[in-house]
Amino acid sequence: MSNDKNINLKESATFDRATMAEIRRAADTGIYDIRGFGAKRKLPHFDDLLFLGASMSRYPLEGYRETCNTSVVLGDRFAKKPITIETPVTIAGMSFGALSANAKEALGRGASIVGTSTTTGDGGMTPEERGQSSKLVYQYLPSRYGMNPDDLRKADAIEVVLGQGAKPGGGGMLLGQKITDRVASMRNLPKGIDQRSACRHPDWTGPDDLAIKIQELREITDWQVPIYIKIGATRTYYDVKLAVKAGADVIVVDGMQGGTAATQDVFIEHVGIPTMAAIPQAVQALQEMGMHRKVQLIVSGGIRNGADVAKCMALGADAVAIGTAALVALGCNDPKWEKDYEAIGSAAGFYDDYQDGKDPSGISTQDPELSKRLDPVAAGHRLANYLRVLTLEAQTLARACGKNDLRNLEPEDLVALTVESAAMARVPLAGTTWIPGQKY
Amino acid sequence: MCGIVGLYLKNDKYKDRLGELFTPMLIAMTDRGPDSAGFAVYGDEVGEGWVKLTVRHLDESCDWAEISDVLSSKLNCKVEWTNNADVAVLKINGDEKAARDCMSELYPDVLILSAGSSIEILKEVGLPEKILSKYNVSNMKGTHIIGHTRMATESAVTMEGSHPFSTGSDLCLVHNGSLSNHNRLRENLKREGIVFQTENDSEVAAGYLAWRLEQGDTLKEALENGLKDLDGFFTFTIGTKDGFAVMRDPIACKPAVLAETEDYVAMASEYQALTTLPGIENAKVWEPDAATFYIWERK
Amino acid sequence: MKTVDLTTSSVQDLNHALHQQSSSVSEKNWTITNPKGSHNIAVGLDADLDVDIQGHAGYFCAGMNKEANVTIHGNVGQGVAENMMSGVVRVKGDASQAAGATAHGGLLVIEGNAGARCGISMKGVDIVVKGSIGHMSCFMGQSGSLVVCGDAGEALGDSLYEVHIYVKGSVKSLGADCIEKDMRDEHVIELKGLLEKAGVDENPLEFKRYGSARQLYTFKVDNASAY
Repeated sequence: MSNDKNINLKESATFDRATMAEIRRAADTGIYDIRGFGAKRKLPHFDDLLFLGASMSRYPLEGYRETCNTSVVLGDRFAKKPITIETPVTIAGMSFGALSANAKEALGRGASIVGTSTTTGDGGMTPEERGQSSKLVYQYLPSRYGMNPDDLRKADAIEVVLGQGAKPGGGGMLLGQKITDRVASMRNLPKGIDQRSACRHPDWTGPDDLAIKIQELREITDWQVPIYIKIGATRTYYDVKLAVKAGADVIVVDGMQGGTAATQDVFIEHVGIPTMAAIPQAVQALQEMGMHRKVQLIVSGGIRNGADVAKCMALGADAVAIGTAALVALGCNDPKWEKDYEAIGSAAGFYDDYQDGKDPSGISTQDPELSKRLDPVAAGHRLANYLRVLTLEAQTLARACGKNDLRNLEPEDLVALTVESAAMARVPLAGTTWIPGQKY
Repeated sequence: MCGIVGLYLKNDKYKDRLGELFTPMLIAMTDRGPDSAGFAVYGDEVGEGWVKLTVRHLDESCDWAEISDVLSSKLNCKVEWTNNADVAVLKINGDEKAARDCMSELYPDVLILSAGSSIEILKEVGLPEKILSKYNVSNMKGTHIIGHTRMATESAVTMEGSHPFSTGSDLCLVHNGSLSNHNRLRENLKREGIVFQTENDSEVAAGYLAWRLEQGDTLKEALENGLKDLDGFFTFTIGTKDGFAVMRDPIACKPAVLAETEDYVAMASEYQALTTLPGIENAKVWEPDAATFYIWERK
Repeated sequence: MKTVDLTTSSVQDLNHALHQQSSSVSEKNWTITNPKGSHNIAVGLDADLDVDIQGHAGYFCAGMNKEANVTIHGNVGQGVAENMMSGVVRVKGDASQAAGATAHGGLLVIEGNAGARCGISMKGVDIVVKGSIGHMSCFMGQSGSLVVCGDAGEALGDSLYEVHIYVKGSVKSLGADCIEKDMRDEHVIELKGLLEKAGVDENPLEFKRYGSARQLYTFKVDNASAY
């Protein structure tokens, strides 16, 4: 619209060009838009929060010299073998199928270098990722693709997935292009067909029956490994309480910015609550039950830098998980593939058609030629570097607030820039004592 | 999200042992509902012209004799009372509505848990074992009894929010599952004059049935209509003065087991709650079908 | 033979003892008494054991079974033999919903009736039910076979992939993308083998076969109402 010729043309805010393009696309195809990535709309986020560094009333720790602990123990409520992670940044569940075997291996390598955990996805455990992951969380999903007791016993933890932030209440969809021979055989499906994943587990519904299911998983693994429950952030306060009652060791809350391999755009953009709004609800639920820090809380959805990590911890999380950011660290949307992105009608920085399997970066694909573009060793190192930066950044902020442990950050170390973020994060608007919705 | 148990006697053989048979059934459902527990027991029916209220005061030292006397003089009728821990049963030789109005005006702190000619509801926050011993349930007699252990989903863990819910005379309902259209339905029912005490979804189901019965539906018709109007997941067990019903939603994810012998019908969320019943080894044991209701009524 | 009484032993102790047989079998025959509807009995077995459960069992009995031969002399709760990999699970009574859910292999025999969602998302198991099955059975069934000697409830085989379904009695309704198919010689042979393996005396020629129409395998706008 910078063109002078169009200066008098006024674009509708309601029917803008993107909206009209989507109407035309729907009219052309008759199917909703399916894509990957997470919510793209602007949401209240951690950028709207700031730390109150130490000054006169508090004393900072000396950067790099005075220790600031980052390790966290996960799952010591019932499990005989809880997990210790060296940095509170874990890798979220992403399936082999959605991602190439090389990408899964790279995630395992990167996480292992820095001593954190990675997670399988909807499609089972591959030998590559088990081999390269020192701490591997095995997801237990409604589809049970590739689920088997041998892998269950090989896992360091089990994550029962009830939902994810991109699509709470929805199932999955892996389009035929990505169902190669290997993916098909791991999932017991014919090659090349669209694979639909159920939204509910097949053999239990609700927390009372989940409690029995968790007992079963504990029995099968002889009570060795922690059991996580992963939920998409919606009615988080109630859901977290029920997860505790159902017997979780660890609760994973995935905010609506969390990514997906393939989901309806309408789902990604219109269901769930932002990550920042979910944490205080989850923490309140845990505190009321006397379970904060006893049942650990992992938070995910749109975490990008050490500041986001530190802010999650300050709001009460025990650790965070990253998905999209980890893929970007591996090379997803890298401008070096600009020409290839353009060739498939996208652009570096905008690519979200993970469902198509044509990812030029070789990450969200099963194409053998494209997959080769990702060197799992080099990409693993990139991820490790990125995880180190996240850790160092979070430590820097924690030390500035006078903390010798990341988990000593508190909501009182934060202020909000906007009324919305103050209300959602339940911290005061900067320079005031006002937390919207709370008496003071 | 919860556990349900129910025991309906088809004859008088186990009438004196109702509470004793019921006690282990409710305890067996502890894991499904650790937040609160409750039950509705039917029996000890009052005669024509009488109404029975189960009432509770949080202060256990509350003077029920005095309350009965005041009620008696205000309503100008006979009032008898017995108490069990913090709950009392008032038998009033008068009109139910007048009695209710009088109670809520004079004793707003007294909560009416149930009203009818036969029903008595008792419920409490905490584990089943606690409520069973508090109210000495194992000595109770009666014709049928319906119990519930609650794992609270969205509404508060309180005594009021515990099941069973009763929103009509001699009617009670317990629920396992989660309704998805209860908020708007509650508003509609309020306009129809149904009074609710909580934000609980299950109370809406109870209120809905009470409303249908008031409209002249038989229990069967009320349940048929319920299948159309209630959305979400549910297994219900329902008690009326002479009847006992079990119903599941069309998807039927929430569990239910029925057992029947010559002498009784028993219902539970899980079979393990039925194992202590006499003759269970030879009972007909089956799982109720989806979108189907099962009714037993004493004619 | 080893007998474990669940009035005096916990399910946890029982399972632990059964799991100890995984590395080498020192005690092949196990009898479990007084199960009384307990959940998660004999889950995660990984050895060629014979386990007899003398009574009714609760949820997930013989879940994720490998190799073992588990017989339940009574009814079972939800998810019997869920995600079984191999071996045989035989239920003498009725099974509740989701019997054999997502099971990858082995044989599940239910001598009574099975509830809703029998064989949901099954991935290679063979299931033989002497009685009838409930609604939404074999939903998203991927592979393996489901044999029903009685009747099937509503929406049989909805969104079916490649499971072979054989029903002798009536089918209340077929789910989306599930159709009746010809019973060719190879199917009679397969069914005969399944009935023999399950020890069920029925004539394979009296069964009808159902399978996927494969219309939902890739999205077509004309099928939108079926999603």
